Amino acid sequence: MKAAAFAYARATSVVNALELLAAHGDKAKILSGGQSLMPAMNLRLISPDILVDIGGLAELRGITVSAGVLIVGALTRHVDLLKSPEIALHAPLLRNAVTHVAHPAIRNRGTIGGSLAHADPASELPACVVALDAMIVVRGSSGERRIGATEFFKGIYETALSPDELLVAIEMPVAGKSSTFFFQEYARRHGDYAVVGLAARAVVAAGRFTDLRLGFFAVGDRPLLAAAAGRLINASVTSALLSEAATALADELDPQEDQQATAAMRRHLATVLLRRCVAALLARPELEAGVTK
Amino acid sequence: MSAPVPVSLLVNGEPIEALVLPRLNLADFLRESLKLTGTHVGCEHGVCGACTVRIDGEIVRSCLMLAVQAEGASVETIEGLSDSGEIADLQAAFRERNALQCGYCTPGMLITAQDLLKHLPVPDRQAIREHLSGNYCRCTGYQAIVDAVEATAKMRGERPA
Repeated sequence: MKAAAFAYARATSVVNALELLAAHGDKAKILSGGQSLMPAMNLRLISPDILVDIGGLAELRGITVSAGVLIVGALTRHVDLLKSPEIALHAPLLRNAVTHVAHPAIRNRGTIGGSLAHADPASELPACVVALDAMIVVRGSSGERRIGATEFFKGIYETALSPDELLVAIEMPVAGKSSTFFFQEYARRHGDYAVVGLAARAVVAAGRFTDLRLGFFAVGDRPLLAAAAGRLINASVTSALLSEAATALADELDPQEDQQATAAMRRHLATVLLRRCVAALLARPELEAGVTK
Repeated sequence: MSAPVPVSLLVNGEPIEALVLPRLNLADFLRESLKLTGTHVGCEHGVCGACTVRIDGEIVRSCLMLAVQAEGASVETIEGLSDSGEIADLQAAFRERNALQCGYCTPGMLITAQDLLKHLPVPDRQAIREHLSGNYCRCTGYQAIVDAVEATAKMRGERPA
């Protein structure tokens, strides 16, 4: 299908975009890469009165490192994340994740800000920013505020953004030398929506986790920072402890049933990913053994 | 409010000025306004890849881009790639190996395959499959398409630069 009629405004600056949002409120939609918005409009799932196109705002594009913080502009495209040496060095989790996001032609247009603001619970980047403990920088008519990634996602396609606010950047602590990462997802076919996925960041010292952040996606109405990770921090991880953590994780999840998987299947796959993740990060393959149980 | 918007862009190297409705997507603009019907429209939500074109040298879905967003851009369609001879060898390989039947997906397949060969001159079959995974073909079963891309990569590798 084709999108219903709408008006179009090409924002000339962030200030101009905010003026347009203030004037049109929730009747307006921000257009960045359009790789989620356009399908939704073509399928007539949404019909905004006006699109505010921020695609030309160069000030919102780019990756910089400043005082131990990695700053990624909202308009940074997936392909830029894939090719950036700064991302490879300071947030390799994002690089790994992007290879699973759709296909090259989509990654050439889709933006990180668009993906986060769209807040699809099955998408990769929201779970990554949760695992990376990122801050989401948003600007509105009353100024700028920073929202912790775990507070940003509120539900399916719902975020803490007000209708008059614009997501402008994502800030993340640069990965220290001690940080390690894990990313894996189950999908029917590479590039398809994930059935279940896991983005994780850990700090391992002397064979133990001193920090472990597990961002699961496609397991509920938003990316989930698993509390079950707490059981594995500062502990000697045994097969029994990992089983306990897996049980706690399954209890913690509230997955939906859809045409891809039942809730029970998603719970099971999440525990498989947990075991793989822990085994990989601790470099102890024997911990993965419980996978097929 | 949803009045036509002026847009100026390059299409296959030729400057184009037009007035377009905001809701007009780039695929329909190319097909209906410019009569460049080699760009095909399949699913209209970014899944099938039949509408793939190049914008400023990189492949995109023209059904997920508004014509107004192409302001100032250089758009290349299958007509452009075909007329310039850039993909003549790839097209010949598709013909030789029966890598098309109905032909609906072929323009998108050719543009996407050429994109792969530009970025990765000697891809293995897995890399070819992965790069083409966003392009649907409902006739061939893909084997012949992968064969044709692989054969083209091989021929280009043997050709003196």
